[in-house]
Amino acid sequence: MRIGREIKMQRLSSPQELEKYRQEILSQRNLNQTIVTVCGGTGCHAAGCHAVVDAFKKVLQESVKNNGISLRVTGCHGFCERGPLVVIHPKEIFYQRVKPEDVPSIFSETILKGNILEHLLYEHPVTGERILTEKDVPFYKKQMRIIFGNNGFIDPTKIEDYLAVGGYQALVKALFSMRPEEIIQEVKKANLRGRGGGGFPAGIKWESCRRAKGDIKYVICNADEGDPGAYMDRSLLEGNPHSVLEGMIIGAFAIGAKEGYVYVRHEYPLALTNIMMAIEQARGLGLLGKNILNSGFDFDVFISRGGGAFVGGESSALVASIAGDVAEPRAKHIHLVESGLWNRPTTLNNVETWANVPVIILKGGDWYSQIGTEGSKGTKIFSLVGKVNNTGLVEVPMGITLREIIYDIGGGIPEGKKFKAVQTGGPSGGCIPESLLDLPVDFDRLTEVGSMMGSGGMIVMDESTCMVDVAKYFMNFLKDESCGKCTSCREGTKRMHELLTEITEGRGKLEYLDLLEELGWVTAEASLCALGGTAPNPVLSTLRYFREEYEEHILHKRCPAKVCRSLLKYRILPEVCTMCGRCAKACPTDAITGKRKTKKEEGIPFRIDEEKCIKCGMCFESCKFNAIEVQ
Amino acid sequence: MISFTIDGQMVEGKKGQNVLEVALDAGFDIPHLCYNENVKPYGACRLCLVEVSRKGRSKLTTSCNYPVLEGIEVFTATDKVLRARKMVMELLLAMCPGSPLLQRMAKEMGLNEVRFKKEDKDCILCGLCARVCEEIVGAHAIQFAFRGDRREVVPPFQGEATNCIACGACVIVCPVNVIGMKEEGDERTITRWKRTLKMKQCKICGNYFAPWYQLEKIREKANLPKDFFDVCYTCRS
Repeated sequence: MRIGREIKMQRLSSPQELEKYRQEILSQRNLNQTIVTVCGGTGCHAAGCHAVVDAFKKVLQESVKNNGISLRVTGCHGFCERGPLVVIHPKEIFYQRVKPEDVPSIFSETILKGNILEHLLYEHPVTGERILTEKDVPFYKKQMRIIFGNNGFIDPTKIEDYLAVGGYQALVKALFSMRPEEIIQEVKKANLRGRGGGGFPAGIKWESCRRAKGDIKYVICNADEGDPGAYMDRSLLEGNPHSVLEGMIIGAFAIGAKEGYVYVRHEYPLALTNIMMAIEQARGLGLLGKNILNSGFDFDVFISRGGGAFVGGESSALVASIAGDVAEPRAKHIHLVESGLWNRPTTLNNVETWANVPVIILKGGDWYSQIGTEGSKGTKIFSLVGKVNNTGLVEVPMGITLREIIYDIGGGIPEGKKFKAVQTGGPSGGCIPESLLDLPVDFDRLTEVGSMMGSGGMIVMDESTCMVDVAKYFMNFLKDESCGKCTSCREGTKRMHELLTEITEGRGKLEYLDLLEELGWVTAEASLCALGGTAPNPVLSTLRYFREEYEEHILHKRCPAKVCRSLLKYRILPEVCTMCGRCAKACPTDAITGKRKTKKEEGIPFRIDEEKCIKCGMCFESCKFNAIEVQ
Repeated sequence: MISFTIDGQMVEGKKGQNVLEVALDAGFDIPHLCYNENVKPYGACRLCLVEVSRKGRSKLTTSCNYPVLEGIEVFTATDKVLRARKMVMELLLAMCPGSPLLQRMAKEMGLNEVRFKKEDKDCILCGLCARVCEEIVGAHAIQFAFRGDRREVVPPFQGEATNCIACGACVIVCPVNVIGMKEEGDERTITRWKRTLKMKQCKICGNYFAPWYQLEKIREKANLPKDFFDVCYTCRS
């Protein structure tokens, strides 16, 4: 697929020419020049960054004194909670929650006169201090943004921006001063593990693929991120597509592949546009295609679009989908590295894994392996969402504790509520309770406690979350998204969902808990792929850590978090009721009776007929006197 | 030959064979529904689970699509295997409680009670019909559609199976016998796929012996003379 914009670029035919081109780009850039960067990532987009960009364009056009001031729309900075984000370089002044109407004053005051607009600065939630630059904001302080860091500086649609921050240097190093075996050795030394969820060592995968018999080999980038609420791969592909591409080219060289595919889900239009543009630009400069930089190595990348099935992200299902079949996993007794896409040796890695490769090549496996824990090296990007103050994307070194992520970076739980659990690893991850908050986050530790790293989803839950309801929610997702091939997965997830529904609707029995555990075990053990293999995690982990909540639902027909509607009881407190009659008016089933009090007549306090009540909560919402109690 | 053991007994298989095939030949009793030696193994029903120990690591796996490998140890009836298999059976029976075959198999496994809400489905989604139609017949008339528990085998767009030649292979291969075929006068109908085709009459005996459409397809494919199927198989021989 080609894109409309024609790119006029000189094909570079040696590393020297690339370096010369980089110097040219840098020489045209004045470091003292004012650059306004506006985050154009998913979160800021939703918060209206495009109106802010338009406002800047307008102001810059109208102004006579705009010499040398340039505007740059970048990828995601991560701090989505505070979007739209604007950073003014070179002073790195960090403005958050910028509205289009703020733009004229940003221009006239900050850009032209250098005055700071206090109200746009981030306010420290505890000290109340206004913070001037991005790096001093607590959200960023504990992060280690080696993969994600450039997102905020570069315009993802310009290869020049990527080159200006040192892009494609790793490729030159790999192609011209390393043998393929040495590259693999470096990746092995770094102990880079698959960021898509499996955590399989990438170096070993590459080595097996290199050794596999066959003249045609493929590399694939898995950008079929399907976890609800997770968007790290999306943001990388949108914000820094060349880093992913560079990783793929290096990987292909190490493996001996001549063709690669980026499998990106159709629901990611911007990621799709940006990676396509990146491919086109890299081809234009001769960084992709025949005889890359005159090294003798040929490699090209193509795009394949997914239709949005969660199971499509499973490696063998993804390969089937690229080949035009239904995305259905197959038995992997013969691995993809031996027989993958079109039965050829195939190396499939996730977006984030590929983006780690240039860093490893450039800085070395030894440097990389200093970051992290014994078994998990480097950093991991998490999508921190749910009941947490600072939602957004965070990149942290492996081994950081959950507490640090949630409290120091995430700023704790909003509205002074109590933390209850954090679910990691996407829909089939487990829920981790407060007692394990000091757990160092890495692949193995998360698995030990019944959850998983997954691709990096992290959903924080507070005391107003019902854990049975949470398990039901994820089981509903998984039963719909199972491909349906294995009886154990298709029927297992369906039946778990059914039992959980029974429990949340007050028909649960104590023996259901054992049955859930047994079903969970069989679903995981008897199913073919990792979807079934991990699907019971939400049920098993909540049973493990929050069993009393299940028992409360079953034995006392009570939902402690007041979430499960069928178990709620609404009652009007007669001593508080002012007999205004609002609730009776709001009730859709005429379940509330009483008599309105007027100046002339005495009223009768209103009461709810439990038989008729459908527990919709309309009365509760309508009462202005807090006279309705929920039990 | 590749040697390995099943429940401690030494067996031999050829490269490309799967464990279930060898086990059944050697007389081991492993229940299965979606396996048929004439089509590629699929691994959908999960009943043929066994425990395979290889290089010191042991795991549950379906035997129908596990390749025979030198030195592996296969166990067909460990506690783990029986426990998982029984639950899979229970799930299948809860889905299709009316199937006599499933009832019999469940009884043999000692499964006396279904703890889930019973549904009234008839198809167990083993996919044999679709696989036979594709791999053996080559008609591609039916296929799986939809995900999760909405999955079903259907003709394209859930309409009439316009590629179906009404050969009846799917009817014969269906383990739970729910596809159905009937012949009335000069018509043959595959009930499940809503496909009715006119039959051809033999010039000699006058019997209706096969659907026109099917004979035409065979004639085209094998490049046979126009009048080749004017006479039925019986009268020709």
